[in-house]
Order: sequence, then structure tokens, then C-alpha cells
Amino acid sequence: MTSVTSVIPKLYQEYTTKTPKKLKIIDAYLLYIFLTAVIQFVYCCLVGTFPFNSFLSGFISTVSSFVLAVCLRLQVNPENKNEFQGLSAERGFADFIFAHLVLHIVVINFIG
Amino acid sequence: MTQTTTARQGNGSDKGIFSNTAGFSTLITVTVLSLAWLAGFASRLFAVIRFESIIHEFDPWFNYRSTAYMVEHGFYNFLNWFDERAWYPLGRIVGGTVYPGLMITSGTIHWILHTLNIPIHIRDICVFLAPVFSGLTAIATYLLTSELWSRGAGLFAACFIAIIPGYSSRSVAGSYDNEGIAIFALQFTYYLWLKSLKNGSVFWSICTALSYFYMVSAWGGYVFIINLIPLHVFLLLIMGRFSQRLFVSYTVFYIVGLLMSMQIPFVGFQPIRTSEHMAASGVFALLMAIGALKYLHSLNPKGQWKQLLILGGLAAAGAVFLAVVLLTYAGVIAPWSGRFYSLWDTTYAKIHIPIIASVSEHQPTTWSSFFFDLHVLVCTFPVGLWYCIKHINDERVFVALYALSAVYFAGVMVRLMLTLTPVVCVLAGIAFSILCDLVLREEELPTQQDETEESKSLYDKAGKLKKRTHEQPAPVDPGLGMNVRSVTLILIMILLMLFSVHCTWATSNAYSSPSIVLASYGNDGTRKILDDFREAYGWLSQNTAEDARVMSWWDYGYQIAGMGNRTTLVDNNTWNNSHIALVGKAMASNESAAYDIMTMLDVDYVLVIFGGAIGYSGDDINKFIWMVRIAEGEHPKDIHEADYFTERGEYRVDSEASKTMLNCLMYKLSYYRYDSGGSPPGYDRTRGALPGNRGFKLTYLEEAYTTEHWLVRIYRVKKPDEFNRPRLPLAKRTVPTSNTISKKHALGGGPMTTKRRKGMLKNKPTVVKGKKAVKLE
Repeated sequence: MTSVTSVIPKLYQEYTTKTPKKLKIIDAYLLYIFLTAVIQFVYCCLVGTFPFNSFLSGFISTVSSFVLAVCLRLQVNPENKNEFQGLSAERGFADFIFAHLVLHIVVINFIG
Repeated sequence: MTQTTTARQGNGSDKGIFSNTAGFSTLITVTVLSLAWLAGFASRLFAVIRFESIIHEFDPWFNYRSTAYMVEHGFYNFLNWFDERAWYPLGRIVGGTVYPGLMITSGTIHWILHTLNIPIHIRDICVFLAPVFSGLTAIATYLLTSELWSRGAGLFAACFIAIIPGYSSRSVAGSYDNEGIAIFALQFTYYLWLKSLKNGSVFWSICTALSYFYMVSAWGGYVFIINLIPLHVFLLLIMGRFSQRLFVSYTVFYIVGLLMSMQIPFVGFQPIRTSEHMAASGVFALLMAIGALKYLHSLNPKGQWKQLLILGGLAAAGAVFLAVVLLTYAGVIAPWSGRFYSLWDTTYAKIHIPIIASVSEHQPTTWSSFFFDLHVLVCTFPVGLWYCIKHINDERVFVALYALSAVYFAGVMVRLMLTLTPVVCVLAGIAFSILCDLVLREEELPTQQDETEESKSLYDKAGKLKKRTHEQPAPVDPGLGMNVRSVTLILIMILLMLFSVHCTWATSNAYSSPSIVLASYGNDGTRKILDDFREAYGWLSQNTAEDARVMSWWDYGYQIAGMGNRTTLVDNNTWNNSHIALVGKAMASNESAAYDIMTMLDVDYVLVIFGGAIGYSGDDINKFIWMVRIAEGEHPKDIHEADYFTERGEYRVDSEASKTMLNCLMYKLSYYRYDSGGSPPGYDRTRGALPGNRGFKLTYLEEAYTTEHWLVRIYRVKKPDEFNRPRLPLAKRTVPTSNTISKKHALGGGPMTTKRRKGMLKNKPTVVKGKKAVKLE
């Protein structure tokens, strides 16, 4: 197996050259959400989970935002065209918005 | 209907004759589905037609009571409702201990109808909710099956599920129970899951999650979904069928469904705290890991990633598994609860949780009940399963898993036959559709016209027997020279007809007899209705104090609360085992020991069900051995099960019965002053024996009321100042004898009053009915 150190720069190079700009925006968003989740988790480890439902709703909302963004990224990616037949990028975005609507109604209900 | 499917397929395949095939197939589909709905609805009405439009079973009485409460006081008050009438002295927080889906559904229907100025009583909505939902279940099954196989198979499956006894047993009119709507939610969730898996759209996944949310709000069986879908995903991963569609549909469904399921107060934090739900989150983590690895792989396909991918996947799976195990040991995640444990180890409940084992519907299923509930489908569904496995794809993996797990669960518990029924209908629908395809395929060209005409008169096969005469000759006409085909077709027809006859018969005879009103048939065939339960509950509500506490076995708790409107000690929501055991102990002890328990629990009245006079087998003496077992589980020092059997280990009530048995409270309350039933007065017709201990007196209780057929007996617990004898141990033997005479006078007064009440009761039924209507408003 190739050593990990040699693989990582190569992967980075592949990523920067091959990925369309649209996807890079989504990736930045993903990174941001990921950091939010990490911050919440660290906070809960340090301070405690007292209003457990608030922690859960915050944490799960970030996780699901992450998941939804990943799904959007998968559907928008032109490489996956034949995987998602009949799903245009616009449809993917509309679904994304709909999912966020449902999700955040529930989150607001749960956060208490 | 057989012709319907093939005719439709035929139309689809050659477009010469009907230019508008899509329109025709839609028309036929809609007609078949609406007729299935109608047949399903109609076949569930036996109980209402024979008796009246009331809630029939034990459990639904609570659902009805809380629905009525919700309609009256509003949703938020319902969520915060503290019911002090149940579980005296503990009470019950209803909003937090109930699946509110059923109440919300009927409350919503009630609200909509009232907004449209249709004044319907909430009771009627509750009574007819389950039959109406059976139609929706048929449609959901149609959708699920057409997603799996073809629309023809879907029509078959819809017709099957509309009338199959295994499902109608839980959804006849008047059985207002969670399962009635939950099966619809189950099927619909599965349909949406397959749909979202098929096209990988976020929208359908969110719909799946919403439907799952409805299921969680309706029934505890949602755990089946949240374990079956991850299992499906896991199996697909093992089979190397990972796809981005799978990733999208599962991750979105899981995370949104998780959040939604925690909105139900009764479920609370269980989805992240208990082992039953851990499979789902484990698969979620695994899927995320595999998705990430796949993505990295796609960035650099040339590298030696294959091994790394597999290794990484395995490592992720192992890590997830280890994490769950460690967290379980650390106590963060609760281990499997007893109710689930009993699914794996069938003897577990019998040893550790007698209260679960005591419920008759938790017994293992017998072979005959498979046939009784599913009839011919139980023989044909393996064919469908085989075809599904033969032509496997992502969705059919799911239905195979569904079938296998449901067969297992149905074998463990009678009650879970309900989860098997839908998948059997789906697979049998597929099997019949394949068979009809095979038989009818080549005949469509010459007889196109005929077939569609036939189909119009045939698709309401389900439950409609008058079409038989048309159905049988019809296939013979086109079967020119093809004897095998026509014979096969006739056989299929006969099978299906037998099936529908059996379904109607089983629904009518076995599942439509309410437990609250009993019917007996005389020698001349006249029907006699025994309305003792309502008589007794009516008496309770009229003649006892508003806050009187009634002790009875838990089976009757909901009914006493719902109809008698009195406080109960234990009821059908068996959440507190020790409280139930205490009641069981009181019933199993002798009178003085029981009196201590009863004063401790502030009992005013004791209610027992005694079927000896009319031969009703579901009475308390027959259930008594479970009371003893449950009591023994909590109080092993005071109660011993063996004491209640004869030396040879028999359970009997006659003179050979054990002394403990003959002197326990339940025995005494059942046989006190009993002189009816059969040729020697006092003969017990249920057990076919003459009671061993007769003519005894009660010291601490007095008979308050006995219904017309001795079915329900109510006793009043005396206050301590009403008897003074127990403090004179030496004179004990003389005082009762001297008292017997005076007591006989007293008793002479006692029976007189009951007799007088009894005389009044002869013409009471109308009074009871009128009063009931008033109470329910």
C-alpha cells in the first residue's frame, strides 16, 4: 500500500483540479457545518448536556444539515448523472429547501 | 380481478385496439381499489350490525376515553392530562404514556367534519375509524406491491389485505386500537422507503420520515421499521449494492426520522438511549464512513484503494459495534428491554415477566392459526418470495427480509401475526399475478374485447360472491384447446373464491364477537344478548360514590374507568408490575390477609368476573393462576403457586382442590352465595365441577351487586367499624354461629335487596342505554 503521506497531496491536487466550482461552494458549506457540530459537541463535553433536548436538537440539526448538503452535492454532481435519473440540479435544490423546512420546524419544536 | 390485471397488461403491450390504454388501466385500478375499500369496510361491520355502534374490546375503552377527553378539552390539555382515576393511588400521566396518533387522527377527523357542519359524535368516528383505515391500508399495499413488482400484483395484494382475517381481526368496527391505523402507516412507510430508494430523491426520503413519524405516534411497533430498514441497508452493503441513492435515502430518512420520533412524549429520548434503536444509528455511521471512503476512491481511482476500502469499511463497522457495546456497558444506552428480549428467547417471558406471558395474545402462534388467519395465502406467499429472490433487486431484498423477519415474529407471538399479514398479502399478490400472467399471456390477442368486458364485471371479486357464476364460465371460453390453462385458471378462481368465503366467515364468526356484549344461542337458534358488563358498570356509576375505588384484575381497568367512571387500581396499561402483583396478592390471599391489603390500598369495591353460571370461559377463576404467578413474582414469601394446585398438580375448584385455593379471596368472591347454573344448584358450568367450598360467609366484604347472569359480581369492602369479631380469637368460633342467625336475618335483608335490584334490572336495559348516551356526551 502506498504510504498515506504521499497520497494526501495527490488527493488534494486531484480535488482542486477536478471539482467544479459549484461543488466547492457546497464543500465550504459542509466544512462550516462540520465545525459547528464540533463546537457544539465540545461545548457539551465541557459544560454538560443539561437541557438535553436543546443539545440534541442543535446537534442533530447540524448533522442533518450536513447530510442534506451531502445529498445535494451528490445530486448536483454531474458525474452522478446516471445514478440519479430524472433528478435535475434544480429539483435537488428544491428538495433541499423542502427538507430544511421540515427539519427546522421540528427542531424549533424540540429545542424548547 | 384476475382478468383485470392481465387485460391491463395486454392492453399495455399492444396498442391497437384501445388508443387510450393509460386511461383504461387507471380507471380499472381506481375501480378495483375503491371496491376493495368498500369490501373491506363492509366486511368489518358485522359487530356493529349485530350489536350496536359501541367500542367493543377492553383496551380501546381507554383510547376512546382519552379521545373524548381530547375532543372536549383540547390537545394541550390532553398532553398534560393527569388521570387520577387510574392506578390509584399513583395516577397516570396520560400525555406522556400514550401513543397519541390514534386520538389525534380521530380528533382531526372530528374537527374537519364539524368544520363542515356535519355533526357526528366522536364515538361513531372511533368505531368506524379502523374499517375506514383498512381501505387506506389496501391502497398503501397496492402502492408498495406495484413498486416491487407490477400494478397487477398490486391490485391482487390490495384485494387480499382488504379482507384477510389476520388484519381484520384487529380492525373490525368497534375495535378502536392503535393497530388499526398503524398497519396503514407501516405499509405506507415501507412504500415511501422503497420509492425513495428507487430514485434517491430527498423529497421521498423526507416523506418516508414523515410517515415514520406518524407510525411512531401511532404504535410501539415502529421499532420494527427502525430495525428492518437498517437491516435492509446493511444487507445491501454486504451484497455490494451500495449506491448513492441508498446513501441519500437512508441518511436523510434516519436523521430526520430520529429527530421526529423524539417529538412523541412517550418515546422521548429512547431512540438514542436504548439498544432497540442502536442498529439504525450504527448503520447510519457505517453508511457515512463508506460514503466518505467511496468519495475518496472516486477522487483517485487508480490507487490501490480496493483493499483499503474494504478494510476501512470493516474497521468502521467494528468501531461502531464496539462503541455501542461499550456505551451499553457504561450504562449510557439501556440494554434490551424485557419485551424485546422475549422475542428472541421465547421462554424468557415465562420465567421473568409473567405479566407479559399472561396475556393471551403474547402466546406462541399455533400452526392452525396461521391457516386460519391467512388461509390460502400462507401456501402461496413462498412462491412470491421465491420469485422475488430469483429476480432480485434492491427493493426485493427488502421484501424478502420483511417476509422472513415477520414470519419469525409471527411464530413467536400471536399478536405479531399482524405484521406478517401485509407482507403475505404482498407476496401472494405477486405469486397470483405471475400465475395469471403465465396462464393468460397468449390468449389476449383474439379475445381482447371479451377480456376487458369480463374484467369489468370481475374485479370486485373480493368478498362479492354473487359474481361467482360469471367468473367460472368466463375463462373457459377463450381456453380453446388449452385445457391446462383453463383448468389452472378455474382452480385459481376456486381458490380465491374459497379464500373470500373463508375471510368473510372468519371475520364474521371469530373476530366480530365483542367482548363487552356476549351473545348466546338457544336451542331454537334464538339469539340472547348478555349485557352483564354494562349492567354492572352502569350500576357502579349510579350507585357508588363519585370517588369510590374499585379493585379488579387489570383486564377490566379501562372498562371500569370508561363506562363506570370510577377510580381503578390497575388497568390494561400494565406499566407497574408491583402494583398489579399487589392486587394479585390480594386476590390470592385469604380474606383477612386480603383485607389488610385492601385497606392499605383504600379499596371500596371489588369486582370479579364469574362465568360459571353461563359457561363463559374468560372469567377470573380461569385467569386466576396468572394472578398467583404475578403475585408470586413480587411476593415470593407469601404466595406459592404450588399451593393452588392439587397434589397431583391439577388446577381445580371442586372438593379436591387445595385448601389455599378454596379459601382465597378470588374463590370466595366468585362462589359466594352461588346457586345457579345447571342441574345441581351451584354447579360451575365453565369448569364442569361443583365448587368445593360452599355456603361460606364473608366477614370483611359484603355483596353489593350481582348481574343478571352472575357474570359480574361487585362486593363492598366493609369499614373497620362494621365488623368487630376478629379481635376475639377464642370466641371466634361461637360468635359467628350465634351471629349466623342474626346474620341470616341481615343476610335475609341482603339478598332481598339484591333480589329487588335484580327484579328492577329485568327491565333495565333501556335505562342503561339511555343513561349511557347521556354519560358519553
